[in-house]
Amino acid sequence: MIVETLVPLQAMILALVAVAAASVALCRSPLRQILLSGVYGLLLVVLFVVLQAPDVALSMLVATTVAYPLVVLVAIARTGARRPDGDEERQR
Amino acid sequence: MNFLAFGVAGWICLVGFYGAIVSENLIHLALCLTVIQSSTYVLLLSIGYRTGGGAPIFKGVKLGTTSVDPVVQALALTDVVISVTVIALILALALDAHNDAGTVDPDELAEFHG
Amino acid sequence: MTRRRIRGAVAVPALGVVGAVVFWGLSGLPSFGDYHGQYGRLINDVALPERHTTNAVTATVFDYRGLDTLGEEFILFAAVTGVVLLLRKSGRRGVDAAPKDRVTSDALRLFGMLALAGGVLVGLWLAAYGYVTPGGGFQGGVAIASAFALLYLAAGYRAFARRTSEEALDPLEATGAGGFAVVGLAALISGLPFLANLLGPGQPSTLFSGGSIAFVNWAAAIEVAAANTILFKAFLEQYIVPLAAARSRR
Repeated sequence: MIVETLVPLQAMILALVAVAAASVALCRSPLRQILLSGVYGLLLVVLFVVLQAPDVALSMLVATTVAYPLVVLVAIARTGARRPDGDEERQR
Repeated sequence: MNFLAFGVAGWICLVGFYGAIVSENLIHLALCLTVIQSSTYVLLLSIGYRTGGGAPIFKGVKLGTTSVDPVVQALALTDVVISVTVIALILALALDAHNDAGTVDPDELAEFHG
Repeated sequence: MTRRRIRGAVAVPALGVVGAVVFWGLSGLPSFGDYHGQYGRLINDVALPERHTTNAVTATVFDYRGLDTLGEEFILFAAVTGVVLLLRKSGRRGVDAAPKDRVTSDALRLFGMLALAGGVLVGLWLAAYGYVTPGGGFQGGVAIASAFALLYLAAGYRAFARRTSEEALDPLEATGAGGFAVVGLAALISGLPFLANLLGPGQPSTLFSGGSIAFVNWAAAIEVAAANTILFKAFLEQYIVPLAAARSRR
């Protein structure tokens, strides 16, 4: 990749990653948060590819799109996560 | 560019800590921990980056072309896979707490006496 | 004021102070792209001639920094042991109590079968060619475990539980974790340094390169795949068994 074309790409992806991280951390409902975390993980995969790290990108890809949602969704389903405005998503 | 790369890593870490501090749900807390961990990956890979460097894979690439640092990539890649199981352990603890106390709110759990 | 607001109000100035120190520290780093480390440069130059692996990162993970990876594998082992202690139900109550949730959509079953086969093949390929192209034992292991999770989605919990029995997975995980240590110790016993290469170097860019790296790579792949499958199964059991109990109560 030519250096001149890489820098704006890196800058854009870093800015997107910063915004996505803030949205994941500040979101209050765990169900929405795991969806945002999937998007955040995919943005991180793009960032790692742009920083010339394909191995890390591969491991982040499988971990954040399959492994994390599976365990977190089971935990959410079992604990009946509550929305902050008082509605209950599911009670078991 | 310099400040952007490292600044984003620092920002992700701080915002993850803030999310963990004001969390009202243990599952939300576990996901904020993943955000904090991801800030370390961004920092490591930004430190190891070399301008004009390619990936440290030399299949079909002449030995001696500029490449980024492979050591920080090795650290980050094992960490990503291991953190899945560690977060799963934290979630298992949260499920256990829910079985005992009926809630996953850290404030309510703090008041729960055995 | 709710507790959350109080905590937020206290956290912001505290994080501001911490953030100032962090950013002050980060400003002292060499500028982005200006990498001076000698170790990385050395490994890039030496990995292909010495170990005949074209992937310098895998050579670092499994050979040059193999001791760190051994520690990480034992972290994985300990974490999965913790999850199993907390969540696993004793006996076969889990599978027999599971509801008969046959997947009735043919399209889902067909797609699931094809995707499962493709996923396992891709995972095996990532693990096998880990030291030639980007990939490795860790990535391939998680990919294989994710393909097995697809089995639950496409075929129901009973099919998934029957094929991922604890009697098969627990020894596999232990073999992976122990295999790493055994390959390293085998070198130590014969008087060489830990994890020294015991086989010949091999042809670069083929499967027969890297020597001991190949065995250690496969040990890591087996351990990560088995550990993640155990994890998925323990969590899915937590989800399925109360469903069955609720259904039988109705």
